[in-house]
Amino acid sequence: MVRLVLAIALLVAAGTAAFAQQQPAPRVIEVNTPPLVPYRIVGNTIPEPLTAQPGDPVRGKRVVTDATNGTCVLCHAMPLPEEPNHGNIAPSLAGIGSRITVPELRLRLVDAKRINPDTIMLSYYRLHDLTRVQQQYVGRTYWAAQDVEDAIAYLMTLK
Amino acid sequence: MTRTLLLTFSFLCSALLPPLAQAQQWPLPAARFEVEGRKSGYFYLGRQTQILEDDDFQNPGMFAVEAGSALWRKVEGEAGLSCASCHNNAAVTMKGVSARYPRFDAEKGGIINLELMINREREQRMKAPPLKYESEQLIGLTAYIGYQSRGLPRAIEVAGPAAPFYEKGKEFFFQRRGLTDISCAMCHDDLAGANLRGDVISQGQINGFPFYRLQWRSMGSTHRMFEWCNTSMRAEPYPYGSEEYLNLELYVAWRGRGLPVETPAVRK
Repeated sequence: MVRLVLAIALLVAAGTAAFAQQQPAPRVIEVNTPPLVPYRIVGNTIPEPLTAQPGDPVRGKRVVTDATNGTCVLCHAMPLPEEPNHGNIAPSLAGIGSRITVPELRLRLVDAKRINPDTIMLSYYRLHDLTRVQQQYVGRTYWAAQDVEDAIAYLMTLK
Repeated sequence: MTRTLLLTFSFLCSALLPPLAQAQQWPLPAARFEVEGRKSGYFYLGRQTQILEDDDFQNPGMFAVEAGSALWRKVEGEAGLSCASCHNNAAVTMKGVSARYPRFDAEKGGIINLELMINREREQRMKAPPLKYESEQLIGLTAYIGYQSRGLPRAIEVAGPAAPFYEKGKEFFFQRRGLTDISCAMCHDDLAGANLRGDVISQGQINGFPFYRLQWRSMGSTHRMFEWCNTSMRAEPYPYGSEEYLNLELYVAWRGRGLPVETPAVRK
């Protein structure tokens, strides 16, 4: 028993040491799925905006509350008392702008499955690896590139 | 004239009443809607909708049951037969039948459900044309036959020759699909009871089908509900009666094994 504990302790120590020495560079993935705007994933972020036009928070609020197109309040509570019946499947978005950076939020909206492959969170800007998409939605994404940037601009106002 | 109408009406009522009166004790105690953690959709309803299902005089699905009762006795086809010609009193002969459907069928070498079995009987025995899937007639007959088993536990056989079809249905249930990239299991296994906007996610049990859906203001079959779920996920649905949906129906029915038949259930 003592020998086993020692062996585990040694393994843990070796692992920690290796991790401390290497500090692996964040993974970089280039995503290019035309006609979507190509983007680069660095670690858990997309550092560069998808569009040249800066995000518009006023328009972004309309994007994220569009009840016909995967609105956030389906699953998340939001600090929007005028919206009825917020879902409780996912964490509240109140204060999201204080908890997350813009590049992190961008990847979470574009394709959250890059962070957690098992998440139920929709990928709002993704075309690859989908199964049996309904004919009328083939080749379409929930949001356009500008919608993503506008949604980010709005969500970052939720401090 | 009035008297004739009244007489006709009372005759119709008396013709309808016996099978209705012989059904299982209803409503069931609330505890019966849950079996070993498997929960009927009834469990997730608001009280007002539960009352609608409990009371045969309020339950809008009872119109389908009554329509089915009339069809049961209606002679159709070249053989000059009705369902009742061979099966007599449905309250006796059909009791427990829908609780065992869908099932493996040796003649077909695949899964058959109640809708397709009714149509096979029509074509082979009655020499009558098959009823259109989702038609009032086919919904009526499945509702009427299902109603004869109301309160009985669903007993679905998935061993033996049914096993490969069960496996396919299970695979369907766990397959992410559509633009949402979400599987049946992600909501109905993992999130039952949670709020999706104003709706409560249920376990997706089908023990009350065909059912009356308030949102549709009409009855619907299991396959219509599968279609609705698929298109809500922005996934291409399969046709009614397709092998994909039959296999899925088998898996989902087994998943709710032991739950009481609730036909005609009322759901939001």
